[in-house]
Order: sequence, then C-alpha cells, then structure tokens
Amino acid sequence: MDWLALSDAEWTAIRLSLRVSAVAMLASLPFGIAIALILARGRFWGKSIVNGLVHLPLILPPVVTGYLLLILFGKRGPIGAFLAETIGLVFSFRWTGAALACAIMGFPLMVRSIRLSIEAVDLRLEQAASTLGAGPIWVFATVTLPLIIPGLIAGMILSFAKAMGEFGATITFVSNIPGETQTLSAAIYTFTQVPGGDAGAMRLTIISIVISMAALMLSELLASRAARRVERA
Amino acid sequence: MTLNVDVRHRLGGFSVDAAFSSEGGVTALFGRSGSGKTTLINIIAGLLRAESGRIVLDGDVIVDMEKGIFLPPYKRRFGYVFQEGRLFPHLNVRHNLTYGRWFADRKPTGGDFDRIIALLDVEPLMERAPNTLSGGEKQRIAIGRALLSNPRLLLMDEPLAALDEARKAEILPYLERLRDETHIPIVYVSHAIAEVARLANTVVALENGRVTASGDAATILSLPELTMTVGRREAGVVIEGIVGTNDQGDRRLTVIRAGATRFIVPKIALPAGRMVRLHIASRDVMLATVRPEGVSALNILDGTVAEIGIEDHGAIDVRVNCGGNIIVSRITALSGERLGLTVGMRLHAVIKSVALDP
Repeated sequence: MDWLALSDAEWTAIRLSLRVSAVAMLASLPFGIAIALILARGRFWGKSIVNGLVHLPLILPPVVTGYLLLILFGKRGPIGAFLAETIGLVFSFRWTGAALACAIMGFPLMVRSIRLSIEAVDLRLEQAASTLGAGPIWVFATVTLPLIIPGLIAGMILSFAKAMGEFGATITFVSNIPGETQTLSAAIYTFTQVPGGDAGAMRLTIISIVISMAALMLSELLASRAARRVERA
Repeated sequence: MTLNVDVRHRLGGFSVDAAFSSEGGVTALFGRSGSGKTTLINIIAGLLRAESGRIVLDGDVIVDMEKGIFLPPYKRRFGYVFQEGRLFPHLNVRHNLTYGRWFADRKPTGGDFDRIIALLDVEPLMERAPNTLSGGEKQRIAIGRALLSNPRLLLMDEPLAALDEARKAEILPYLERLRDETHIPIVYVSHAIAEVARLANTVVALENGRVTASGDAATILSLPELTMTVGRREAGVVIEGIVGTNDQGDRRLTVIRAGATRFIVPKIALPAGRMVRLHIASRDVMLATVRPEGVSALNILDGTVAEIGIEDHGAIDVRVNCGGNIIVSRITALSGERLGLTVGMRLHAVIKSVALDP
C-alpha cells in the first residue's frame, strides 16, 4: 500500500486546488446572482450581447480564454496593472490568477443555474410581498433569495467542480508553478510528462474522483433539502 | 374614509375606463369574468400602472398620472387578499402572518395580533407549512396576513372563488366579522351575487371595463339591467330585511321581516335584529292568481303586478309589489298569457324557502 502515500508536492497541489476552487466559487457568487437577475428579469437593449459574453468561456477554447486573461489581467494588461496599483491585487503567476481563470470558466454554468431558478420564481409571490409593504430589496432578500436557494447551490457546486477540473485557461494564464499555480490537473499533467510519474498521476486521479463525487453528493443533499423547504406551497 | 378612483387603462384590445367612489364599509366591484374587475383592483393596489387617472384616499393622492405621481405598492399600505392565497411557501403560517409587520410604520400591538388571530381562528395552524393547509385555511391565513400589515384599505380579489361551497360557507362568516369588527374599508371583487348581497354596502357594477351602475347594494343588485351582468340564472332582486324573533315555533327556520312582508328561510345563525339581505332569483318565484293550497312552498306573498317586462327568449319578467317590496318573477310568455296578467292585477307570489339562502 506504499504507493498510496501522498508526497508533500502532491498534498500541496490538492490543497491549492481546493483553495483556488473555493475562492473562485465564492468570489464569483455575487456577480453570478447579479448577472442572473439582469438576464432573467431585465429588459434592455443589448441583453443578448451580455448573455453571449457570459457564455463565451463555455464555447471558446480554454487556451483562448487564458490568453485573453493574460492580455487583460497580466502585469502590463490594462486591468491587471490598474488593480495592482490601486488595491495591490496581482493575478499574474499567482494562485489568485488561477482562481480568476477558474471563476471565469465556471461563470456561465453558475449564471445559467441561478438564472433558471430565478425564472421559476412565481412573480405573484413577489407582488404579494410588495402589497405587504416590502420594498424591492426586501422582496429580493425575503422572498426571491430563499426561493432560489436550490438553484444557487447547484450553481455553486457546478462552478466548484469546473474549477477543480480547469486546466487550459489556468496554465495559459498563470503557468504551472508548483506551490503557487500548480493545481491538481496541472500536477497530473506534469506527472504524465516525466518518467516514473505513473503512480503519482494515479494517486491524484483517485483523489480527484473522490473530491468530485463528494461535491456532487453534497450538492444533491443540500439541494433536495432546500427544495423540500421551498416546495411547501 | 373616502376612496376616489377614476382611471383609464388599455390592455391589448380591452380597455378599462372606470370611476367610482366609496365611503368605507365593503365596496363590491361586481361583474362577469372579463369585465375588468381584477384589472381595476390591481390598478388600485399599484400592481398595474394605469395609463391615466387619479386615485385618492382620504385626501392623499396615491396616483395622479397627469402629475406623474405613482406611489409604489409597498408604500400604499393597501392589504391585498388574492384569489389563490399566495402564501409564501418557504415560511410557516406564523411567519406568513407576521411578514407585513416588519414593514408596517405603526406596528400592530400584541393585542391587535391576538385579536386578529382570534377573529380568524388560526391559532392551531401557527406552526404548519402552507402546503399542508386546506383551501379555506390558506385563505384565512392570507386574510390575516393582509390585516396584520396594518392596512389603510383592504383589497380582496374573489377570495372565495377557488373554494368549494362548503369552504365558502366556512369563510363567509369571517368576512362578515371582519366587516363588522375592524372598520377597515374593503374593496371586494366578485362575480357571485350571493356573496356580494351578503357582504357589500356599496356595489359598483362593471361591464366591459365600464361602470354600468353604482350605489347602495340592495338598490343596485335589484336593477333589471343587471341581468346582463349576473346572467339569467342568478338575476333577481335583493331585499334588505331584519332577522325576526321566531314566532313560527319551528326551530329549523328563521323569519326575516322586510317592511310588511315576512320571509321564511332556512335557519341562519344570526341574532334577532340583525340586518340581512335576501337575494331572490327571478326564476325561483312562481305566480298564482288564486291563493295556492297544498303546496310545499312556505312563502306565499300577496301582491299586485307593478310592471310586465318585454318578451325575451320566450320569457317575461313580472315585477310584483308585495307590501312595498318589489319581487321579480321570471315566467314563460305563455304562462303570462294564460294568467291574463295586467298591471295592477292582484296575485300571489310563491317562493320556496330553500331557494332563499341568505
């Protein structure tokens, strides 16, 4: 059973992957809700353009997305330089960059799931809340948000799972630096490129399967619990 | 309390152009489905934005489209009871009931809460989830929720329409208590004449988005022109009477006095002296030139023919003056000819007691 013992480098990759995925999921959640609300409820010129932009990472080759991120958020990129100067947030060749790449790649999945659940909310319940004195923000917080929790959870898990598996955009944007940007996928890729790396690749593959299954089952559990609460109408 | 509504709105090929005012109590917006009742009440609630017009409540301008004034629904403090209840599925009954308290500027006191809970008998349901409630229970919670938001005006859109007869009979007494005990003015939308006759003080009859008649309930509901609105089956008169003491001796019946006339109806659970309205459908009234004997009908009223209507689908409406009350009988034109009816002729109006269910 010796071959199952994980090396320090492998542990580092696992921890990094979990951190990158969690940060990517949580940081993109407020934006995901906002964009989903706009797409579900908004009526404005250029809505299909916004919709297209959100879905772009889903259809573009990941390498292209990574390259675009490099141009925009790199050290000399317009947004990257601005953020580095103003709030000291640096993306290039840091784990934060990996999180950004993962967030962008998972964003269409998250928005799609939240948007569908917002569209399923009965507007008549929101009207009822408004006649009871609740302003738009309160209606959202006390009626809409509790009713979309199953969709919210599903969107978050999808985003997390996408981040765990993300490879192309991350490696293009922030490279493959052990301990900084070398996530699980990148570590497996590296193992397959060196002689005698088979055992390491297999260990990380098993870990990857376990984490993905656990995330999936957790999401099923939370979503069914939330759905039971919501579908009491 | 004075509510003035004068609004115009277009929805596709349909338009509403309606004006009415109400001096408190229960004002019924009465008409067939598609007459614009719900559109009108949604405009009052602020869920629909009228194209033009004004809504004023006690001098406060709620809407004045010409001046660009439109108070959003959450600032109007108009409680709204919807046809389908619209309880929040993610909250239990208690939290549904207290939802509006968060936003009321004058918080209802604990006493108000207990009084409304008692009025509606909802204490045993407090911890239940909305999907475990019956239709009638849901509607009672919806009424309580609206009341506990401390409304200036209560809007009700066919709150009984989704319920079966037994549930309706369960809710109606609560609505009467609401009218008599709370003093919150109510705008009540309905297409059922029996409900309107029982609850409303003022009736606004609507047809194709226009007001065809408005005023005192008994007067408006007895208008012959209303046949179009209520349909031939339910057309008739509404007579105001007072629950009398039971001198018939039969405890299964109640006597209602209206002027010089006594109506015998099935037992109703109201104390003597209470005002009630009787809806007498024209098709439930028979006419006889001699006093009939050996018939089961308990109400045989002496009267004179006041007016004979024109023939319509082979039938005529005969208006009979019975001791000051006008009762309408719908009979076939052939029967009218056989009886040789003339204005001023003395005859007897026969009404089965079970047809009079107040």
